[in-house]
Amino acid sequence: MTEISSPLLRLEGISLSFKGVKAISDISFDVARGRITALIGPNGAGKSSLLNVINGVYRPQAGRIVFDGEVRQRMNPHRAAVRGIARTFQNIALFKGMSVLDNVLTGRNLKRRSSWLEQALRIGRAPAEDDAQRRRAEEVIAFLHLQPWRHTLVSKLPYGLQKRVELARALAAEPKLLLLDEPMAGMNAEEKREMSRFIADVNREFDTTVVLIEHDIGVVMNLSDHVVVLDYGRKIGDGPPDEVRRNPEVIAAYLGTRH
Amino acid sequence: MDFFFEVLTGGLLAGVMYSLIAIGFVLIYKASGVFNFAQGAMVLFAALTFVSLVERGVPFWGAFALTLAAIVALALLIERAVLRPLVNRSPITLFMATLGLSYVIEGAAQALWGAQVHGLDLGIADEPLELGGMLLSQFDLFAAGTAALLVALLSFLFNRTRLGLSLRAVADDALGALAIGIRLPRIWAVVWAVAGFVGLVAGLLWGARLGVQFSLSLVVLKALPVLIIGGFTSMTGAIVGGLIVGAGEKLAEVYLGPLVGGGIENWFPYALALLFLLVRPAGLFGERAIERV
Repeated sequence: MTEISSPLLRLEGISLSFKGVKAISDISFDVARGRITALIGPNGAGKSSLLNVINGVYRPQAGRIVFDGEVRQRMNPHRAAVRGIARTFQNIALFKGMSVLDNVLTGRNLKRRSSWLEQALRIGRAPAEDDAQRRRAEEVIAFLHLQPWRHTLVSKLPYGLQKRVELARALAAEPKLLLLDEPMAGMNAEEKREMSRFIADVNREFDTTVVLIEHDIGVVMNLSDHVVVLDYGRKIGDGPPDEVRRNPEVIAAYLGTRH
Repeated sequence: MDFFFEVLTGGLLAGVMYSLIAIGFVLIYKASGVFNFAQGAMVLFAALTFVSLVERGVPFWGAFALTLAAIVALALLIERAVLRPLVNRSPITLFMATLGLSYVIEGAAQALWGAQVHGLDLGIADEPLELGGMLLSQFDLFAAGTAALLVALLSFLFNRTRLGLSLRAVADDALGALAIGIRLPRIWAVVWAVAGFVGLVAGLLWGARLGVQFSLSLVVLKALPVLIIGGFTSMTGAIVGGLIVGAGEKLAEVYLGPLVGGGIENWFPYALALLFLLVRPAGLFGERAIERV
């Protein structure tokens, strides 16, 4: 049993470099259970790299990650998914040739228990499981108000809706930790409001811990419980939104100052 | 008119043999977006291993099982030694890797079993059979039946199981597939093993017809027009493309050949493929690249 008060995710001294170029240097912070944590910072600050470290796409050269009470030295995306980490991508990584429903169903990939043989012959556990998977997928689709596009090919949907489908696919896995890489990039104010509401709803309804990257500071301040600020791969701010907003280093990184 | 139908049917049946080769390509192309140049080498490897085992006194099904095991082992080895280190590289890099791989496999197969020509007898007489007034090759009919069975088996596997959905996911977006917990290495290994199995079936049928020898790996050249016409991403395309090529080359030989002095059977499929490239570059059943701009 893990303690409820312990953080869901703890990064300790994470450093990552690509062929000598430092992307992340010595970053540590905690992500509290059931909260929304925002990662902000200028372009190239290392935010996406950090998400890639958390779900095992990149392997940091130094540092330790404690997820859900378990220390991870080596990690790959499959193990991350099994342990309950789901994510979306900055440049939408949906399966473009599939319908919305099929995309969401793939999100439940790891929840299937029946064997290939059972699935191929529709015997044993397979039929009941098919029904259950579909029901859960439909629930997620309804929750994110995607019903009208259930059978639409993802590639035919406008950008904003694709972002929402990607959230649905991640949510279908019933993750403990949801990583959202710029879920509102390229959206207008109305779409951003809608997406913010969905993220807040997910967090409240399912008690899903969220780590998100976002550039719109207004959105970040409203939505998140905790803000971590990165600049040139270093952490320059860490705390509640109001505190971070007043942090002089953060203001400098965002607005520039005369030295 | 009867003669026309006889030529047509004969051509369609011969086309199935091309489809058999093309299906192996489609499987791997769908899973990794790579034209696997080594498919021909895998056909040769499978046929050579099988025939060598049979010549050493192993019974048919024993040899079949052993060859299948060898080809699955080969697929696992390829995934481990070639594909995994090249993950996230461009398709052209992977293509070059399969090009090199084809030489390694061909060399290994011949180093292991020797380079002499082997006859392969599957126990089906390659003599004409009269059916509805037409003379048809018994062997072609058997090949067509085998291909139909194989396609049914594959579509069963890919349309109904989680594997099929995973395969489509990997083909569409590898990064997204990783994020939902699909094990890319495992999918690749399975797909290469299945493509190897298809290669084994194709190798036995082609080997029985042409003899098992080095030139067997060149039958892949026959698959190229089939893939261009049918589309690289569709199993249905591979079948239809094979039928078009088979029927097309026989009809062209019989009806157009005399006008240009004959011998057009060998190049006609390529000319046809060229025409398709101009009019329908993605092929009949291929996925056209749709980009939002």
